[in-house]
Amino acid sequence: MDSVILKTAVRFLLPLLLLSSVFLFLRGHNEPGGGFVGGLVATGAIALYALTYGVAAARQIVRVSPRILIGAGLLLGLAAGLAPLTQGRPFLTGLWTSAPIAGFGNVHIGTPMLFDLSVYCVVTGVTLVFIFTLLEE
Amino acid sequence: MFSWLWAILIAALIAPGVNRVVGYRGAWLLAFAPIGVVGCLLKQWRSVIDQRGVSASIDWVPALNLAVSLRLDGLSLLFGLLVTGIGAVVLVYAGTYLKRDDRLGRLWLFLLLFMAAMLGLVLAENLLTLFVFWELTSITSYLLIGFNHNRGESRASALQALLVTGGGGLLLLPGLILLGIAGQSFELSELVTGAEQIRQHSSYVPILLLILIGAFTKSAQFPFHFWLPNAMAAPTPISAYLHSATMVKAGVYLIARLHPILGGTPQWFWLIAPVGTVTMILGVVLALRATDLKQILAYSTVSVLGTLTMLLGIGTAGTLTAALALLVAHAFYKGGLFLMAGSIDHAVHQRDIRKLSGLRTVMPATFMAAVLAGLSMAGILPTFGFVAKETWYEAVGRISGVVSADEELTGLQGSWRVVCFLSLAVLSSIGMVAAAGLVCVKPFVGRKSEAVCDAHESGPALWGSPALLGAIGLLLGLFPARVSELLTAGSTAVAGQSVEVELALWHGVNLRLILSLLTLAGGTALYWHRHRLESLWVSLARVLSYGPSSAYQWLLNTVNRLARQLTSVLQNGYLRFYLLTMVGTTVGSVWLALRGELLPRLKPVTLHLRTHEVLLTGLILLAAIAAVRATTWLLAVGALGIVGYAVAGIFVLFGAPDLAMTQFVIETLTVILFVMAFSRLPDFRRLSSARTRARDAVIALGAGTTITVLLLFAMTVRSDHPISDFYVGHSVPDAHGRNVVNVILVDFRALDTLGEITVLSIAAIGVYSLLTLRPHPPADRFVEKSDAADGSSIGTFGAAHQVTGASPHPEQEGP
Repeated sequence: MDSVILKTAVRFLLPLLLLSSVFLFLRGHNEPGGGFVGGLVATGAIALYALTYGVAAARQIVRVSPRILIGAGLLLGLAAGLAPLTQGRPFLTGLWTSAPIAGFGNVHIGTPMLFDLSVYCVVTGVTLVFIFTLLEE
Repeated sequence: MFSWLWAILIAALIAPGVNRVVGYRGAWLLAFAPIGVVGCLLKQWRSVIDQRGVSASIDWVPALNLAVSLRLDGLSLLFGLLVTGIGAVVLVYAGTYLKRDDRLGRLWLFLLLFMAAMLGLVLAENLLTLFVFWELTSITSYLLIGFNHNRGESRASALQALLVTGGGGLLLLPGLILLGIAGQSFELSELVTGAEQIRQHSSYVPILLLILIGAFTKSAQFPFHFWLPNAMAAPTPISAYLHSATMVKAGVYLIARLHPILGGTPQWFWLIAPVGTVTMILGVVLALRATDLKQILAYSTVSVLGTLTMLLGIGTAGTLTAALALLVAHAFYKGGLFLMAGSIDHAVHQRDIRKLSGLRTVMPATFMAAVLAGLSMAGILPTFGFVAKETWYEAVGRISGVVSADEELTGLQGSWRVVCFLSLAVLSSIGMVAAAGLVCVKPFVGRKSEAVCDAHESGPALWGSPALLGAIGLLLGLFPARVSELLTAGSTAVAGQSVEVELALWHGVNLRLILSLLTLAGGTALYWHRHRLESLWVSLARVLSYGPSSAYQWLLNTVNRLARQLTSVLQNGYLRFYLLTMVGTTVGSVWLALRGELLPRLKPVTLHLRTHEVLLTGLILLAAIAAVRATTWLLAVGALGIVGYAVAGIFVLFGAPDLAMTQFVIETLTVILFVMAFSRLPDFRRLSSARTRARDAVIALGAGTTITVLLLFAMTVRSDHPISDFYVGHSVPDAHGRNVVNVILVDFRALDTLGEITVLSIAAIGVYSLLTLRPHPPADRFVEKSDAADGSSIGTFGAAHQVTGASPHPEQEGP
């Protein structure tokens, strides 16, 4: 779509939307948000960009193929599930540890976050496949 | 014991690499794994002979009481030695057989995988462990039969073997589970102690039937025998190993293994012994009729498997021992003969015995190997085949004295049974002698035929391996003491009571020896006069064309035809039909399931509506009506978007921010996707008739009503302790998250989520392939057809295809 307003707006919107997608993903465990909605927002941002600048440009922005995102996401999910087995716990049990991170205080880190990341990747990858293939038709 | 399995598995995994780096001589390297296991098994010899079993166990799914447990007793030691010992020989043989073929690595891989599965099968102590290994042998056998996968015939044979043995496995599993329930344990040793209860149990006969069908399919018993000769499509070393020496004996093994638990009843005898007898005779008749070397060997294998089944079915201590002795003898001579046939095939590229003669001067070493194994097959004096046959005759001769638990045999009935079994045994042995002649004498004697002129002896591995197996058969016959020990331990395990076995080569002149001589004479006569049987074969062919093989073919074709019809009805390429089916099924099944309970339990709900809620609901209704009445794409999609957004607004009002947020984003993306799609669609047109629209309206109303009623119903079934309390209570302490919705998604119910993202990925593959890989049939023809088919198609090809998508050629499949 050849519209100066849209093109200019998207330039500013894309980073903002991607940031908010990461924000939604990170706050998901304690506030409304999470990997699913975060991934959808990321796709929304890229879809907007693809509509404005074309699919080829959008693919360059994403850098990795959406198919790789899907595969990597599924593998991450599997890894998050298999990790507790090494500790003698059942499949997909959450393992948690806490580490001090500068500026945030003590942060809980655990395999469910990894799992959420896998959901994020798969959702982004799948919706991007939908949008890219439809646009390239 | 688990380390034995691991050793073979690791050898399997490195096999392709070994082939690439070392070449075909890598077989010697890989053979270290099975030979090492043979060594380990021999180390346990003493403790097994002294009836001290060795066992190992690991918990598999402790929550379900599932354990992978293994135990070594006489029977498993016997089978384990055969599996690994013959496996090592075949491994080396296969290396030379497929020398300089880049598929050799794959062959070794499958072969060693099979070996691990088979070893696991014979070591398994837990019924379910046994079943898992059982199925693994079927799968590896499938891969090996279909090894020449570019030949349709191989693929069909592989599929046939898989369907027959896999189908049997499907029945075996419920049989084993029922057995576990009846005996209140899945451990074989515990079942043996409770055997009496199981035999009295009400589900004894179903258990027996289900397990026996599983065993019969695996061991190619009549009427499932037809897959085994077809399995000869596999490379010859595979036929020697899987389809003669080991895998097909798994069924026999299972029957033997379960004999102390299920055996000793009239049902046991009448279900097993007749089947075994029929298979024994049928196999030997078909073997004499065949002309292909491998087919003769395959049918004679069927016959021997029948004999083993028959002996186990009779189930006296003597016949059980005879079965084990025959099994050992057969594994060595038949393995050797198959390898010998492979050598001939390798050198001459011809397996038809009518075109093979005079090979003795061309391939003297192979001839020697053939004679060694052939003597054992024919049961001639110094070989173990002779010892086994003597034991067999003696055991059958003694069954008259046996009285089974519920059945009094009068002297006359008993002796009648002896005469019957003994004469059939002698008959089948006569056939076996003749078959041995066809395989081991016919190709080697006489004048050199055309085919063999430029043949030559292949490498030492190709004649050495069969010669080794034949020589072992000879040695076992000359020094039967060691085998006696093993057979004593094995028979004790099979009989469930202490059995003394004393094998000997020479028993003096007695009835058995006379019968043996008679067998030999009859067999030789049959071999010389085999041409007279030609007319018999011609008339037999007509009968055989109605055999189980054609029943299998008919079944396969019928299933395929049914599937095609069903697919053309269900997957006809019309999206509206899919929607109709899905909505209709949902509505129908809800009413069917909750028929009596749904309406009476509904209570009038008092609503406390607030103004903004009413407004939002009104907006949804208006937008829905607008979507239905829309005359442009943009209006329709926009109106649907409003519906979605307003629903999300309701989520916000009732405190579900997560849901609302997701709904907002989804709606946005949906609208974007629609916009992308309909920029390519033609103008909006109404093509459906008033009747179709009325029908759709009824369906839509029905679906809406159902969901409404279901929601109202759901309000009435709330319990006092909703599950949500658990989640709220455990979210922060257990899962370190304050957002319960997300914690449920990624922690409490993470397995569901894992499944969902997998499904999502599959959907992505589906969309991708539908949009990019579709063929482009002529557009005009498509439109005509689909319009004529149902007047409500959307228009030009592109449009219709965007919507229907799923079927690239609806005109070929549609109604």
